[in-house]
Amino acid sequence: MKILVCMSNVPDTTTKITFTSDHKQFNAAGVQFILNPYDELALARAIELTEGGKGTVTVIHVGEASSDPTIRKALAIGADDAVRIDSPAIDAFFTASQVAAYAKDKGFDLVLTGRESIDHNGAQVPAMIGELLGIPSVSIIKKLVIDGTTGILEREIEGGKEIVHVPLPFIASCAEGVAEPKIPNMRGIMSARTKPLSVVTVTEAPVLTSIEKYETPVPRGAVKMVAADDVAKLVGLLHTEAKVI
Amino acid sequence: MNHSRSQKKDLYDSPDYYLLDELLTEEHKLIRASVREWVKKELSPVIEDFAQRAEFPRYLIPGLAAIGAFGPTIPVEYGGAGLDYTAYGIIMQELERGDSGIRSTASVQGSLVMYPIYAFGSEEQKQKYLPKLAAGEMMGCFGLTEPDFGSNPGGMVTSFKDAGDYVVLNGAKLWISNAPFADIAVVWAKNEEGVVHGLIVERGMEGFSTPETHQKWSLRASATGELVFDQVKVPKANILPGVKGLKGPLSCLNQARYGIAWGALGAAMDCYDTALRYSKERVQFDRPIGGFQLQQKKLAEMITEITKGQLLVWRLGILKSENRATPEQISMAKRNSVEVALDIARQARQMLGGMGITGEYPIMRHMMNLESVVTYEGTHDIHLLITGMDVTGFNAFK
Repeated sequence: MKILVCMSNVPDTTTKITFTSDHKQFNAAGVQFILNPYDELALARAIELTEGGKGTVTVIHVGEASSDPTIRKALAIGADDAVRIDSPAIDAFFTASQVAAYAKDKGFDLVLTGRESIDHNGAQVPAMIGELLGIPSVSIIKKLVIDGTTGILEREIEGGKEIVHVPLPFIASCAEGVAEPKIPNMRGIMSARTKPLSVVTVTEAPVLTSIEKYETPVPRGAVKMVAADDVAKLVGLLHTEAKVI
Repeated sequence: MNHSRSQKKDLYDSPDYYLLDELLTEEHKLIRASVREWVKKELSPVIEDFAQRAEFPRYLIPGLAAIGAFGPTIPVEYGGAGLDYTAYGIIMQELERGDSGIRSTASVQGSLVMYPIYAFGSEEQKQKYLPKLAAGEMMGCFGLTEPDFGSNPGGMVTSFKDAGDYVVLNGAKLWISNAPFADIAVVWAKNEEGVVHGLIVERGMEGFSTPETHQKWSLRASATGELVFDQVKVPKANILPGVKGLKGPLSCLNQARYGIAWGALGAAMDCYDTALRYSKERVQFDRPIGGFQLQQKKLAEMITEITKGQLLVWRLGILKSENRATPEQISMAKRNSVEVALDIARQARQMLGGMGITGEYPIMRHMMNLESVVTYEGTHDIHLLITGMDVTGFNAFK
C-alpha cells in the first residue's frame, strides 16, 4: 500500500502570537515550529498500516526550506521519503492544488492529513484535495482500518458514532484516536539522515484569498462570582453587563 | 504495572538565555526534542512514585535503549549510534532533567560498561556484549569503589589469581549503580603483581552475588548494590586485554563525568524552570512572588549560572568530539555543573516554600539526588584537587 501523508509546519502551541506588516503577516521571528500535531496522528497511523514491508509512506509538505527540520522529524518518525513543494502555503486551495498536482499520477492508495493545522485551523485542504483528485474524502476520523480494498472509518457524530466504508483510494483527515503519536527513536533519527527529501517546483495555481488583517482575540476578562442561590443577580448581570439576554 | 501515574502535565522548557541553540545542529535538536518528549511521556508521570517507593522503573529499559541512551557514541557496527559527544551530552541532560537516577543507569551502561569493552575489549568481547548492551537486552554495572577505597581507588584490595584457563576473583565492591539487576559487571581488580585489570564478570558465575543497598535518601529510583566475589572463577577470555593499571577505570570515569557535566545542568534547569513558573503563579501580598526582589535575585543568579554552565559544556562537547578534552577540563565541568545544580536546587526549594518539600514538584528529589552526584565519579573536593594540581603542578592528594 502506498500512502501519502500531508504535513504542515506550525508554530509551537506555546507561541506568543504577534503580527508584522500592519497586521497582515504572522511574525515568525523567534518562533519554534513543530510538526502539526494532527498530522503526527495521520503519520503514525500510516506507519502502522505499512509496518513490516506492507507498503510505503511518503510525506508531502508545501513550504520553504525552513521547514526541512520538521520534515526530517517526519522521516525520523518513520516515513520512507519526503517531498517538499517549494513555495509558501499561500492558502487552502493553493496548497490542495499543489498536493493534488503531485499526487495525481503517483498511484497512492490512501492520502491522510490531520483534521486541521493548528495555525489557521481552516480544515479545508483535505476535502479540496479529494475533489481535485476525484476521490472520496472523509473528514475528522477517529479510527482507520483497511480491509482489502475498503477503508473502514469511524467518525464521531452527535450522540453516537458513524462507521463509513469507503473504497480505496480515498483521502481522510485524522483526529485523536486514529493512532498514538510516535516519538522518533535513535534508529529513526539516524536513518532519517539518508532518506530522500525531494524538492519539487511549484505548480501554477490560483490564489483565491488574501489576508486583510490579523488580530488576536480580546483577552478574557476577570471572572465574576455570583452566589449559587442569587439567580436574580445572575440574570441581572447577564442582561445589563454581558448583554447576552 | 504496579505503580501510579501522575496526571500533572510536565511543562518543562529549557532556558536558552544566550541563544546557544543556534550552535547546535538540527540533528542535535531533533535528538533533544525526542528524548525530552520521551521523558515527558514515559518518565515524568511515574518517577515520583518510583522514587518515593525506592524502586528502579526497570520496565523503562527498552524505551531508554530506543531513544539512544545506551552508548550513543559507540559505532553503529557494535549497536551504538555513532553520534558525537555533544549529542551524548544532550541525551544525558534530558534524562537527568527527568531524574539523576535514570541518567545514572544510562551513564553506567554507556560510559562505564560499554566504553571499556569498546576501548579495551577484544573483538570477541565487543561482538558478544556491545550490541546487547546497546539494545538494553543486557544490563551492566561497574565495580571500582570498595568499602575502604573510594577517592583512593589505587588502594583496592579486590584481586585475582591465575588458575590456568581462568582466574579466581575475591573481594567486594560497594556503591554500585545497576548492581542488583545487572547481567554483567566490569570489575577492576589487581592481579598477583598488584596491577589493575578489568574483568567481565557475568551473573550466574558461582560465588558472585549482588546484594542491594537499601534506605538511601538519594537516587531512590536507581538500584544500587554491592558486588561480592567469593572465589569466583572468571574465564581468562573475560579479561579486557587492552589496558592495565588505573588508567583503565579512570578513562571510564572520564567518559561518565563528561555525561554528568551535561546531566547535572539538566537537573538545574528543571529546578529553575519549576521555580520560575511557580514564582509567576504563586500570589502573596496580592501579587506574584516573582515580583519581589529577593525572589528575582534567586532567579537571576540561577539563570546566570545555568547559562555559564551551558557555555562550558557546549565547548567541552566540541573538544571531546575532537578528542582534545583533557581529564582536567572534564573534571572542572563535572564539579561546576553539580555544584551549580545543587545550589540552584536549594534556592528553588526555598522559592516554593512548603510545596518545595513535597513530591508535587521535582525539586526536593533533584536536590537529594544531587547529593550523590556531587559525591560519585570523583567528589567535589577531589575535583578541586585535580584542578589545583593541574594549575600549580603540585600534588595535594597525599
